[in-house]
Amino acid sequence: MAEQDRAAPYRIEGETGAWEVVIGLEVHAQVISKSKLFSGAATTFGAEPNTQVSLVDAAMPGMLPVINRECVDQAVRTGLALEAKVNEVSVFDRKNYFYADLPQGYQISQYQQPIVGEGVVHLDLPDGSVKEVGIERLHLEQDAGKSLHDQHPTKSYIDLNRSGVALMEIVSKPDLRSPEETAAYIKKLRSILRYIGTCDGNMQEGSMRCDVNVSVRKPGDGYGTRCEIKNVNSIRFVQQAIEYEARRQIEILEAGGSIDQETRLFDANRGETRSMRSKEEAHDYRYFPDPDLLPLKLDPARIAELKAALPELPDVKKARFMRDYGLSLYDASSLIEERATADWYEAVVTGGGGKRDPKIAANWTISELFGALNKAGLDLADSPVSAEALGGLIDLIGDGTISGRIAKDVFAEMFATGKDAAAIVEEKGLRQVSDTGEIEAIVDAVLAENQDKVAEYRSGKDKLFGFFVGQTMKRSGGKANPGMVNDLLKAKLAG
Amino acid sequence: MSLDKATVASIAALARLRVPEERLEPMVADLNTILGFVEQLDEVDTTGVEPLASVTGHALPQRDDAVTDGGYPERVTANAPDRVNDFYAVPKVVE
Repeated sequence: MAEQDRAAPYRIEGETGAWEVVIGLEVHAQVISKSKLFSGAATTFGAEPNTQVSLVDAAMPGMLPVINRECVDQAVRTGLALEAKVNEVSVFDRKNYFYADLPQGYQISQYQQPIVGEGVVHLDLPDGSVKEVGIERLHLEQDAGKSLHDQHPTKSYIDLNRSGVALMEIVSKPDLRSPEETAAYIKKLRSILRYIGTCDGNMQEGSMRCDVNVSVRKPGDGYGTRCEIKNVNSIRFVQQAIEYEARRQIEILEAGGSIDQETRLFDANRGETRSMRSKEEAHDYRYFPDPDLLPLKLDPARIAELKAALPELPDVKKARFMRDYGLSLYDASSLIEERATADWYEAVVTGGGGKRDPKIAANWTISELFGALNKAGLDLADSPVSAEALGGLIDLIGDGTISGRIAKDVFAEMFATGKDAAAIVEEKGLRQVSDTGEIEAIVDAVLAENQDKVAEYRSGKDKLFGFFVGQTMKRSGGKANPGMVNDLLKAKLAG
Repeated sequence: MSLDKATVASIAALARLRVPEERLEPMVADLNTILGFVEQLDEVDTTGVEPLASVTGHALPQRDDAVTDGGYPERVTANAPDRVNDFYAVPKVVE
């Protein structure tokens, strides 16, 4: 795809000038399903060892794989959400290699005919532009079991619970150009998968894992030789691995060397990548069609049905929030990243019978609520303030019952106690004073106590206006209507 | 298509088969005889013919997403040469 024009492209300065980094990602996303891709064993995370293993997953002789319809549907949904071509015919192949946690001696995967072809992911870059990242393909495959190396001095323990769980391998084109873009891509992909419920995106539990392909070149040159960094399990590590790997390659090239195409491992403790396999062991997977499985044929009607049932996707929701609610790109983006957050926000906005200002609702949701949740280490689902309760607070600001400043105190109280805004306002007597006579009396008292400053103000020191506002608000316990305070002070100081 | 000795040695290594040096040449000959037999198929003109995945014409059977299996770690590990708790235990493999 064409390069986008950007304010300042990411470059690494070497001794011979600036280098461009080229990145492509293979994301392994565990499919959300009750049972495995080819067996009826359960998929829940963290079960006792080998309790979620059927004889198919353990590769006992004579066992036959039977595909899980839901896993197929999940892959199709994902393909559609990535605006990709869904292939009506796809083929399962055996990818042959030996490892202790792969009892079959091969992984059932898809090679030349994947279930999903080319698609696209749109990234909003910090400079406001949109970058399209191409998707090369998505295929279905089996996950391997898990090896535990740290339980015994001379033995590795093997748990096959994960063996046979469905994975979607989502391969991007080499369209990414910086660690930040790569992070944005992973976040966006994760957001899409979570919206449509095909993967929970939990990198800590390993339900989303990344292989990162990195190469470097002088801007304008053809692609350099790439290295693949396997199994990086957090976005931060992906960024660190790219940066380290790019610098390593630049050093080699600038010293006159060449890059060996190889698989590398990211060591998070040392922040470096190192070679995983020597060249002699270079993998030759000897793919061939799995004779136990016929080609997978999809009825166009089934694809259309799945498409019709997709929820509103992040990009569409973001555009709608900006259009219908007048939100900035930044606000809309932070509200739509998680579907639950977007729903929560919409519940606030629509709850007031159309009276609530969507921008004010967005500010309160993002700055106050998210801020407080973050500080308390809580998820939105555990929020002590419900969407309805926040809406109630916004209504009290809207109808002038309390000022925006007092509202922050009320919100803190709501967050701490779970009470609703109106009750707190009544209980604490925080109702905004909008009575002219009452405010006038306070203003008069402030002016009387500060005769010297009044004189200074009148002789041209108009910066003192803020001081008078502050004193008046303070004297009113923060309850005076700020607009009225301003007006009255202006009139009286003009004298 | 015909295989040479180096290719046969490398296929054996990939398949984790230990083939003694003196067995390599006879194996090259055997495999080439097999390949030669299969290659007779090349004599048929298959231009425009779709590859045939199955002679039955059946569609790939698909099952519903339900948990119907598992829950028997002792059966799964019954044949394991070594096990600890319900894990398989194997000689330490760390890359």
